[in-house]
Amino acid sequence: MTVLSKKDDISLVLCGEAGQGIQTVESILAQTIKQSGYHIFSTKEYMSRVRGGQNSTEIRVSSHRVASYLHRIDILLALSSGALKHLKDRISNDTIILGDPEHLKAAKKDFLRKNINEQAIIQIPLMDTAQEIGGLIFANVIAAGVLSCILNIPQEIFNGIITDMFARKGSKILENDLKAAEAGYQIGVELKESQAENIKLPLTGKSEVGDELLMNGTDAVGFGCLAGGCRFMASYPMTPSTPLQVFLASCSHEFELVYEQAEDEIAAINMALGASFAGARSMVATSGSGFALMEEGVGLAGMIETPVVIYIGQRPGPAVGLPTRTSQEDLNLALYSGPGEFPRIIFAPGKLEDAFILTQRAFNLAEKYQIPVFILSDQYFADCYYNIPSLPLEDVVNEDYLVKTTPGYQRYLITHDGVTPRGIPGYGEGLVVVDSDEHDEEGHITEDLEIRTQMVNKRMKKMDGIREDAIIPELVGDEDYHKLIIGWGSTYWPIREALENIKMENSDQKMSFLHFKQVYPFHKRVSPYFEKAEDVIIFENNAQGQMANLIKLETGFEIHEKVLKYNGMPFSVEEVEYNLKKFISFNNNLSGIRGGV
Amino acid sequence: MRPQDFDMPDSDVAWCPGCGNLSILRSLKTALAQLEIEPKDLVFVSGIGQAGKLPHYIKGNVFNGLHGRSLSPATGIKAANPQLTVIDVSGDGCMYGEGGNHFMHTMRRNPDITNLVHNNMVYGLTKGQASPTSQRDFSTPLQIDGVFLEPFNPLAVAIALDASFVARAYSGDRKQTIEIFKAAIKHKGYSLVDIFQPCVTFNKVNTRQWFKEHTYYLEEDHDPHDRNMAFQRATETGEYPLGIFYQNSNKNTFEENLRVYWDDKSPLFQRKVDMGKITSLVDGKR
Repeated sequence: MTVLSKKDDISLVLCGEAGQGIQTVESILAQTIKQSGYHIFSTKEYMSRVRGGQNSTEIRVSSHRVASYLHRIDILLALSSGALKHLKDRISNDTIILGDPEHLKAAKKDFLRKNINEQAIIQIPLMDTAQEIGGLIFANVIAAGVLSCILNIPQEIFNGIITDMFARKGSKILENDLKAAEAGYQIGVELKESQAENIKLPLTGKSEVGDELLMNGTDAVGFGCLAGGCRFMASYPMTPSTPLQVFLASCSHEFELVYEQAEDEIAAINMALGASFAGARSMVATSGSGFALMEEGVGLAGMIETPVVIYIGQRPGPAVGLPTRTSQEDLNLALYSGPGEFPRIIFAPGKLEDAFILTQRAFNLAEKYQIPVFILSDQYFADCYYNIPSLPLEDVVNEDYLVKTTPGYQRYLITHDGVTPRGIPGYGEGLVVVDSDEHDEEGHITEDLEIRTQMVNKRMKKMDGIREDAIIPELVGDEDYHKLIIGWGSTYWPIREALENIKMENSDQKMSFLHFKQVYPFHKRVSPYFEKAEDVIIFENNAQGQMANLIKLETGFEIHEKVLKYNGMPFSVEEVEYNLKKFISFNNNLSGIRGGV
Repeated sequence: MRPQDFDMPDSDVAWCPGCGNLSILRSLKTALAQLEIEPKDLVFVSGIGQAGKLPHYIKGNVFNGLHGRSLSPATGIKAANPQLTVIDVSGDGCMYGEGGNHFMHTMRRNPDITNLVHNNMVYGLTKGQASPTSQRDFSTPLQIDGVFLEPFNPLAVAIALDASFVARAYSGDRKQTIEIFKAAIKHKGYSLVDIFQPCVTFNKVNTRQWFKEHTYYLEEDHDPHDRNMAFQRATETGEYPLGIFYQNSNKNTFEENLRVYWDDKSPLFQRKVDMGKITSLVDGKR
């Protein structure tokens, strides 16, 4: 029997075809859930097409903070006939399935019969009700109404959100949407009565949650760009970096920045370098195969010592790979991009607060060291939403590294730390000369091999300062651990939640989690973390263990236990938990948890 | 100002004796001196090739970037600081070969920059291969059967894309070249000057003598605002017209279209972060 009543952390999944308005349901629910004081996390997975296919969004509604992807589905709202088949691996006996009779027909007779508790399949008249109100387009608002009611969201909050969302579309449309909202909510009331055994949610809301920030990884990076003083972005649209481009383009008026859609990625990074040469803090955003085109420009940034921030939203490759899926496959690409040898910094945020502060820092460090700085995001991180109390806006410090030049200014004057004070054209009386060929201190082409050696030394010397400024990884758990989990970037929350679940079952477990948010170069205090561990395990969304390899290269420490996932989906909490339990040979109940790979 | 004000005293000029680039450099110095543009307000942008070295031999700020990519940083520079005079100096390989895509889209974007393309119809720096503008039957170590590709016609392409200023000069006629350079630099918007020049080492076909015999100036009454006529003149072969083919001064520049400059003309680097505004934007997520 399906009973949700024990749960105060619900995994609600909406699934339907692209173009059906799932995102509308998602945004209505996200707002209503937060305003009702529940914690929320949402993540979506979608196919690379404009219409059709099967897309789903998971929304976790919880009495406590949640920020990671769950394999489990407690309530599934099917908005298409293909939804159940699409999610068959995640549907269990405990999943309540809601949907229009039309869309659930297949489920009754299909392969699902043997897996699914038939009593948990609940038909709701989405299509007929929508037709009565004025057309199928209202089905999504009706669905949002049903779910809001089931989640005990006060009707006035729900209606308020609907009004906010649709008021600008005119009073006639708003009126119909409110009708649809009312109808959906009523369906929910009836369901709660008739299915009282099945649906009973003891979620507790807290009013302060209603005032928290609800944003996704893209927003957090975007705010970091603005706080870091970004004034110029040139890019070429490419999933999953496009949302950041949209964010900055939408901010361009108010925040006085230039967004230009370049003809290709090669032009994009070269434009950004030109703007940066002229003093504007500049960036590009792309994904793996777009970044492959930018590599030439990365080398140019290295040679002309011109700052640029490079945002890579990772997705599976090679080439175009799986365009809408997630991965951590481009660490090596970022690390080794560009011909020759020159310093760089690579950040990989795992939580929203970090994404904000690291991005702002990326602009500062790019200016400070006159180098390319990378932000490695991915589809999962870019697209997932959750609520947080605040962003550390008060910690923002922007340092100005530009100098007014004097006559005789030398752009590549060799200094003790490799950093030449940076002049820009039109600011001061000096001339600023940069060259992609090896150059002398003035910036002019040279083939003098002695100067060549001095210039390489000058550029590489900056690594000393960069390492001093490196961010130490975050240790979650006690310093006094026997076993150590390693993760980087967006795997932060799934690993953390899995670890916390294990600790709740066995509080004596001496296991901690070390998360790298700066993945290159390492802080000098990284090695001791490995040295004191008896056993180390790493989780990565790639097939080679790119981070494990980098750790070996940088510290000499070899990680033998690698959990590598590269099917395009993020790690679920259950999957991490399963693998961690195997790792610590804590086999109780192991059979009850599925990996969900 | 005098042309000598743009001299670089110690520069080690790496061009061959008699190279057409030398006269282009002299003409450019004279044009800039006559226009009274201070070196500190100038940015020369170039890619790779013999033409790409020119910025090193003239006083100004320099961005000598990647092969074929010079128009992209030039656009970025002008967009970040419209107060600078930006001159892109490239060769036929850089601009019409590697940079073809950027050439096309920069004309669409119309930044207020001047694009000087040294067109000697051969690859000089890599020692004598065909370029996009090499004429048919031009024989090289790589094109052993002679060039059989249609030569790229930069002027016709530019006029087709409604580039806002399109001209052709011949490096050997310094007097006219200086006038064309001045008009191009003064023009508001993207200006293309395709400059015929001899490569004394690798192009034994298109020599000084050849250019003298195969070029002539557009008539005094040629109307550069007549786009159809300009296109027709640009497609002439055999005898090649020189001068200003086409001019459209009614187009907004890229920078003029950028909202960031509508109320405030200051360059981007002078603008400070407004944390108050960011705070209210972030609060919108509550």
